[in-house]
Amino acid sequence: MYGLGVLKGFGVTLKNFVRKPFTVQYPEERSVQHPRFRGQEFVWYEDRCTGCASCAKYCPLGIIRIVTDPDGGHEQEGGDYKVEVFDIDQGRCMYCGLCVEACPYDALHMGSTFEGATTRREDLVITMEVLNERPKHPSTWFRPQLEQQAVDPFGGAPVDSGDAGREAYRWHPKRSEDAPGGAGK
Amino acid sequence: MGGGLEGNAIYRAVYGLVVDTLGWASWLAYFIAAMVIILIVVNGVLVLGTLYTWFERRVLGRFQGRLGPNRTGPFGLLQPIADALKLMFKEDIVPRGADRLVFSLAPIVMLVPTLLVLAIIPFGRGSFLADLNIGVLYIAAVGGITTVAVLMAGYASANKFATFGSMRAVAMVVSYEIPLVMALLGVTVLAASMSMVAVVEAQHLPYLLVAPLGAGVFLVAISAELNRNPFDVLEAESELVAGYLTEYSGMKYGVFMLAEFTNTIVAGAIFAVLFLQGWQWTVLSPLGSQVGFLGFLDTGVVRQIESHFWFLFKVGLFAFAATWVRATLPRLRIDQILSLAWKVLFPLSLLNVLVLAVEVIVWPEPSVGDLAIMAAINWPVAGAAFFVAARLVSLGTRAPGLGVGAAVGVR
Amino acid sequence: MTLRTEPVVVSIGPHHPSTHGVFRMRLTFDGENIIDAEPVIGYLHRGTEKLAEERQYTQVITLTDRLDYVSSMTSNQAFVLSCEKLIGLEVPDRGMYLRVIASELQRIVSHLIGVGFFLQELGGFGGTALMYAFRERERILDLFEMLCGARITVSYSRIGGVFADAPADFWPALRRVLDDMPGYTDELEALVFESEIVQSRTKGVSPIDPVLAVNASLTGPVLRASGVAWDWRKAAPYDVYDRVDFDVPVGANGDNYDRFWVRIQEVRQSLRIVEQCIEQIEPGPVRATDAMLFRPPPGDSYVPTESPKGELGFYLVSDGSIAPYRCHVRAPSFINLSLFKEMLVGWKLADAIVSLGSLDFNMGEVDR
Ligand code: SF4
Ligand code: SF4
Repeated sequence: MYGLGVLKGFGVTLKNFVRKPFTVQYPEERSVQHPRFRGQEFVWYEDRCTGCASCAKYCPLGIIRIVTDPDGGHEQEGGDYKVEVFDIDQGRCMYCGLCVEACPYDALHMGSTFEGATTRREDLVITMEVLNERPKHPSTWFRPQLEQQAVDPFGGAPVDSGDAGREAYRWHPKRSEDAPGGAGK
Repeated sequence: MGGGLEGNAIYRAVYGLVVDTLGWASWLAYFIAAMVIILIVVNGVLVLGTLYTWFERRVLGRFQGRLGPNRTGPFGLLQPIADALKLMFKEDIVPRGADRLVFSLAPIVMLVPTLLVLAIIPFGRGSFLADLNIGVLYIAAVGGITTVAVLMAGYASANKFATFGSMRAVAMVVSYEIPLVMALLGVTVLAASMSMVAVVEAQHLPYLLVAPLGAGVFLVAISAELNRNPFDVLEAESELVAGYLTEYSGMKYGVFMLAEFTNTIVAGAIFAVLFLQGWQWTVLSPLGSQVGFLGFLDTGVVRQIESHFWFLFKVGLFAFAATWVRATLPRLRIDQILSLAWKVLFPLSLLNVLVLAVEVIVWPEPSVGDLAIMAAINWPVAGAAFFVAARLVSLGTRAPGLGVGAAVGVR
Repeated sequence: MTLRTEPVVVSIGPHHPSTHGVFRMRLTFDGENIIDAEPVIGYLHRGTEKLAEERQYTQVITLTDRLDYVSSMTSNQAFVLSCEKLIGLEVPDRGMYLRVIASELQRIVSHLIGVGFFLQELGGFGGTALMYAFRERERILDLFEMLCGARITVSYSRIGGVFADAPADFWPALRRVLDDMPGYTDELEALVFESEIVQSRTKGVSPIDPVLAVNASLTGPVLRASGVAWDWRKAAPYDVYDRVDFDVPVGANGDNYDRFWVRIQEVRQSLRIVEQCIEQIEPGPVRATDAMLFRPPPGDSYVPTESPKGELGFYLVSDGSIAPYRCHVRAPSFINLSLFKEMLVGWKLADAIVSLGSLDFNMGEVDR
């Protein structure tokens, strides 16, 4: 009850007063983001997508809409389906990344931005056209090959389909010994 | 009254202008000149009050490892203006069931006493509106009115949180008025006058050094009167949302906030006058109290301006300290606050008056040397009194309503 | 003459600065003293348990993020542990270690928030203590972003381990945080622990009797503050808690101060656990299977875990399909609220708010 503890508290606040502030002045200065950041604006490579709809099936919210044409005659890697509609309703997306995890052909990647605010809900639905036009800055989330390539989703060059690495069938249960991540601490 | 005004350069200029150039009656000239001064003082202090909202947020920010408002204008200096604009354009809601008249009157009643106190504060050498011979008493009297405003706001809001807040306010302020007045009494005894100007002139040494006990009690009591940490129970945001302000919005809320922040500035001014030598600065220059740093330019105007600077500097110190306290101390509970007032502050302030009275009998009209001797006596007395108080009084909690059962073995 | 007085009923919440989300309490006051208290919950009900029944096991992980949203890692972990038991999966060592590291970091975050808000409710510091707590939390959330790309809704655990190994730059960053953390904690302690005001406000306030606490099945720091050394990490070690050495801090009086003290001590213990995990972790696979779809055999499972708030467990019933037939969450926050009335009645409003803060419950978990 002698007030010594209170005095100590005064010391702590004074120490912080002369210290540099911890905060970051957002629009001018950005805090460091990490390559695995699960951001908005998915990255989708049309030439890789087979329209298998694994992503749509694994999305816990069911917000990916895919319409495919079975005999599209479209030359696709790994399948004959032509993907006609590929909509993601970002307004309901929680960026859990399960769709990316589910995609067996490394066609879908998480994006890297977080400033996707719009004034209308409809604008949040991203369609095939939007996905195709967008510069592709895939997050390395669940894409160890991109991590090995040291892809920088923030500020690095866009990664086109040809440049983005692929995982060697790691989803295959028989090949699980190839699973990445044995390396070091 | 108005004795101080004749020494004021602005007053003389306006007065001279009106009487000599326009040839109006002298009472009219007095009126106009006084109005000009009042305008300057009131607006100056209100601007200081709004600036203080910015200052506190910036400083608090730094205490907490962040920057505080820094977007509006250079260093966020325009933040108070932005706030005021926002508040002005907000809808002014009067809740259903509220007492409209009292509800609208409360902010005014809150702000006016703050401004009234300004009348007797000497802001610098020869700059004061009135040198009341009962100045110290006047502070206590006028300052107490804010409680009425809080009570009005709380009652008129027809809101339980507001009622809680205002009831707490009344309980607290009534308790703290007594140690506050006692602390003021100590100053009066020392200076042998209640006039603020006389108090400043009698302070050959700051009374903070001479009467530490009185200054301490005053500081604690004034923060309670100001509803500042750790005594901000009446708008304790974690308990009462915003206390008596809960139902206020728009500019009414703005006026309340302005009054609160201005109150802090005014309290700083009172503290500076009563305990920090007002516009003088002996502590910084042991040579004497009457010659400033710019003493070689010993013209009236320079000295006057310099004295204002010292005064503002001291108010700033107080404001910084108030913010520092706010950043560091948690809130006390209302019963602890009351027991602090009655069990600690009241006896301490009585002791303070007693000791000072005895000392003044021994050294009437103390000089610097006498004051130094008094300080030498008073510091150990204050220390011992604080020690005893800390030893005897516990602010701890009372026994809980629940029975505490047997403890189980696992420890 | 006696004045007639009436008790006042005040509804605090659901929109109130210190009700941890949308909690509402109906308090009956006699002056400042509380004579009756009644919690009203349900404002944040999202039907998590029902939603889980129509989602595959992997998808439910995302729902667990949103239960106790200040400690998603531990919720993830509790859920996948239960699933693994149901399915009968063996988790590789590295996966378990990563889960424990993540969970302990999450425990630090959760306790920091708990302590920060507790001090905030104690009356401000003008927010200083909370700011300090958030500053430290930020460092750890950065680590989470490195690990799994999200800061709050992490979804890091997967059935059979974690989704991926930590990136290479995670370890040096973790090292830096671990080096700075004790200093931060010291600072917070110096600000509040010895402060006479904090002590006079919290010591002896709202004590919970250990017998009562056990009977009300309180768990977590709230129980330990009452002097009962019960910690699922010791009682039934899951993942790798049997391989690390740590103490279970136990309070003496079960008052607000002890609950707060226990949390700070647990932060230190968590740091110890993470240190040991870093030493022990070996390279290797992090995930037993890459499968996302599971059909567990019919049956049920429950694995109690020690979340920062207390015992968190998911009771899963499988009917052999891809989604749980029933998923019940044993939410510690909810059950810790059961002594609400006993804690509050007889104390003042200011104490009530602080006691509530000392329970450190999370409405996401209470209402589910
Ligand atoms: S990130 Fe999650 S919620 Fe969003 S589309 Fe993918 S699976 Fe659905
Ligand atoms: S899972 Fe991949 S390949 Fe299949 S539809 Fe979705 S994006 Fe295309």
